[in-house]
Amino acid sequence: MKLDLRRLLDQARQSQIYKSIFRRGYDDAPRNRILAIAGNVFMHLHPNFVKRHGTKMRFTWCMGGITFLLFLVLTLTGVFLMFYYHPDKANAYADMKYLEHDVPFGIVLRNMHRWAGHAMVITVMLHMFRVFMTGSYKPPREFNWVIGVTLLVLTLLLSFTGYLLPDDQLGFWAVTVGTNMARATPLIGHEGPFGEQLGATAYNDIRFALLGGSQVGGNALLRAYIWHCIALPLVGVVFMIVHFWRIRKDGGISGPL
Amino acid sequence: METSATERIRPKKETEISRRDLLRLGWGAFWAFVGVWLAATARFFFPRVLFEPATAFRAGFPDEYAVGTVDTRFQKTQRVWIVRETDGFYALSAKCTHLGCTPVWSDSENKFKCPCHGSGFTKEGINYEGPAPRPLERLRVALADDGQLAIESAVRYRYERGEWERPGAFLNFKG
Repeated sequence: MKLDLRRLLDQARQSQIYKSIFRRGYDDAPRNRILAIAGNVFMHLHPNFVKRHGTKMRFTWCMGGITFLLFLVLTLTGVFLMFYYHPDKANAYADMKYLEHDVPFGIVLRNMHRWAGHAMVITVMLHMFRVFMTGSYKPPREFNWVIGVTLLVLTLLLSFTGYLLPDDQLGFWAVTVGTNMARATPLIGHEGPFGEQLGATAYNDIRFALLGGSQVGGNALLRAYIWHCIALPLVGVVFMIVHFWRIRKDGGISGPL
Repeated sequence: METSATERIRPKKETEISRRDLLRLGWGAFWAFVGVWLAATARFFFPRVLFEPATAFRAGFPDEYAVGTVDTRFQKTQRVWIVRETDGFYALSAKCTHLGCTPVWSDSENKFKCPCHGSGFTKEGINYEGPAPRPLERLRVALADDGQLAIESAVRYRYERGEWERPGAFLNFKG
């Protein structure tokens, strides 16, 4: 029985289906190891070889990895939450309550999403702190630092747009305050430097474009939802791909000197 | 008959467009298209029609307001307070000048207090505590033909620009 299983497995590995997906086996030879990684769309972002110090948690804290894990958790739970959430003023708050009290495992989903969101902001900061304190932003990794800062901003924007979606008092006033800061944007905010001189008003400035109106209402909720669920994650994924790929291109994960 | 190399090249006609010019035209059209598309996308984010409460509204008859009180009946729907003094009316915008929260009128403390970051304003709308950088805005108040108060909250009067002296910022009324 055991022998048969092994033979079946071997046959499966020789089949056209298997070979069309996995071009080569994992024979323990340096060339094959590299090709197995480089020939895989997901693994090719990853370095062919992991340096021995790369597994030392004391140096990297695995903070980037934890952040990415949290991003995956947020994507998964977020998609599940979307099945029960309507982004309009009549339903949003009630749907959040419905998820908490009636949807099977809804409270687990919502809280996983909420806490993973909070945690991701923290781990992103810690990741940045570690990279700074170990000097890992220095050449040849200076461009990856810039990509990382962009990812930090995207994380904060994702956190901010998610804040409004429960449509409760906390989120509503947080977004009121946050978007009122946009009034003070130079040139394109109606209370910012040169804004008034350029004809900016509460009905045509950058805050108006963010909210889809002059006040935080239904349009603002829908816009926050779309930025939160579609636009910002898409942009974030693109930057993440470059971020991970650059680790490899910049000489692998940084380690102690 | 044998032809030389130069003869085999087709002579260029006057009206013919060169490869270089054609490419310039093509790329020019492409980037023009992209530019117009980006501009249209930016414009797309600014809606033409808003489903928000009208900024101009009637606020009832003057005798509905007691002298010396701050009236909050339009706070929720219009974000406006109407204050009646012995010699007339003024309308205050119920938006904190710090970051736009709605302050709360307190009769006992005789002030507007913002719950977000603690800014305080006098009954006249002057900021005197907390982070608010300037006084509350006053809005245009007038007496309509039907004898009701007419508020226009799109017309704002800012104290620090001396606009509270303008006619619409205060409605003289004794009755």
